[in-house]
Amino acid sequence: MDFGFTLSPSSAIELDTLDSALYRKLCRIEPGARTCIGCGSCSATCTAAEYSGMSVRKLLLGLQRGKKAEVERMLSNCMLCGKCTMVCPRGINTRRVILTVCRLYDNVEGTL
Amino acid sequence: MLLSMKETILVVGGGIAGMETAVQLKALGLTPVIVEKNSSLGGHVAQWNRLFPDMTPASKVLDPYNDALKEVDIYTDTEIASINSLQKEYAAVLSNGKTLRCKAVVFATGFKLFEAEKKEEYGYGIYDRVITNRDLERWFDTRSDERVPAKPAAIGFVHCVGSRDVKAGNSQCSKVCCITAIKQAIEMKELFPDTEIYCFYMDLRLFGKKYEDFYINAQRDYGIHFIRGRVSEVAETIDGRVQVKAEDTLSGKPVKVKLDLLVLMSGIVCDRANNELARSVSLPLDEDGFFRSLDNIAGVTCTDRKGLFLAGTCTGPKTVPETLAEARSAALNVYQYLKAKKK
Repeated sequence: MDFGFTLSPSSAIELDTLDSALYRKLCRIEPGARTCIGCGSCSATCTAAEYSGMSVRKLLLGLQRGKKAEVERMLSNCMLCGKCTMVCPRGINTRRVILTVCRLYDNVEGTL
Repeated sequence: MLLSMKETILVVGGGIAGMETAVQLKALGLTPVIVEKNSSLGGHVAQWNRLFPDMTPASKVLDPYNDALKEVDIYTDTEIASINSLQKEYAAVLSNGKTLRCKAVVFATGFKLFEAEKKEEYGYGIYDRVITNRDLERWFDTRSDERVPAKPAAIGFVHCVGSRDVKAGNSQCSKVCCITAIKQAIEMKELFPDTEIYCFYMDLRLFGKKYEDFYINAQRDYGIHFIRGRVSEVAETIDGRVQVKAEDTLSGKPVKVKLDLLVLMSGIVCDRANNELARSVSLPLDEDGFFRSLDNIAGVTCTDRKGLFLAGTCTGPKTVPETLAEARSAALNVYQYLKAKKK
């Protein structure tokens, strides 16, 4: 029976059930990643951001919220220029974080 | 040069502001008298277990006053019935029937902690797993509170409860809750290393020395999760836990989490019980309900009334060191005032 409407899936994030295993692995390797304050300096300076939506801030948040696919899309746009590392006020080595996340994606169940 | 007189100075309130003022007045050769409405001195600090940012036991701040106040007259369980302005002094009538003649009065009447049950949507007093910052400090002291579970899997902290909230009647920032939440979150993480801890904040205001480092520790070393978004509602789950709803404003998505314990960071608000006292001596109150200082830069502890001074949180939210500094400042104000009068 078609009533002319469908149900949309909930966009709510459920913190206690989401899968943040990747984020936790990242933090074990790069504890500095936890100190992000979401200031947006990295995204503002990113050359790729205005064309692709790349943002280290969103990448870290996405990993915390279990948004694996979104993070992967974002990662593919990074050119590894390292400008984000230069501007981060917390001194997070964002370039290394990106590379670590890439390795984690390639090796989710592996040795990392 | 110390004043050679032994003039009586009334100190209203026996929290840290009042006690420190009295100690300093005594050292300056004056005769302070503390009037405290509760049965013991120490005020809010006496209800706290440890203090930020060095986890100093509150007793370490309070204990030295036992000795320092030995020779000071203290009336506990006593309120000020009225203060009358005479020609050259004040006459304070106490609730115990005594009248005290004094040359100056220092108001160190402090603050009230926001009554968390007023924010009904957070369920304090309704749900078993919701407590306040003060309840948690008491639990740190006593380790007995049925609301705190033995092995919590997840704990949440709600910042800005009753502060920065025009609807609750308090537009001011309560100043100390951000850092207190971080302190308490770290303490809980130390007790329960496997527990997930979430802090829900609007802004994090970590203005003081070492506060930001404390925050970085909480993030990096303790893995405490900071979620930018104000909790909109709390509901009880079928298994007696609480579910919290907020917006994760950094991702623009609604966020939900089930918790075993929710701690509300009740803010510092004015104590309306002082209104009558202020009116009786024509001391103006600010729009926020706290006492109004002569000015907010160089005259925080002064008023426009002769011989009346202010110390500590009766003029607004303050940290412990700020309060102590103001108490010393107010004592000096009294001294200078009397010295000028002598000439």
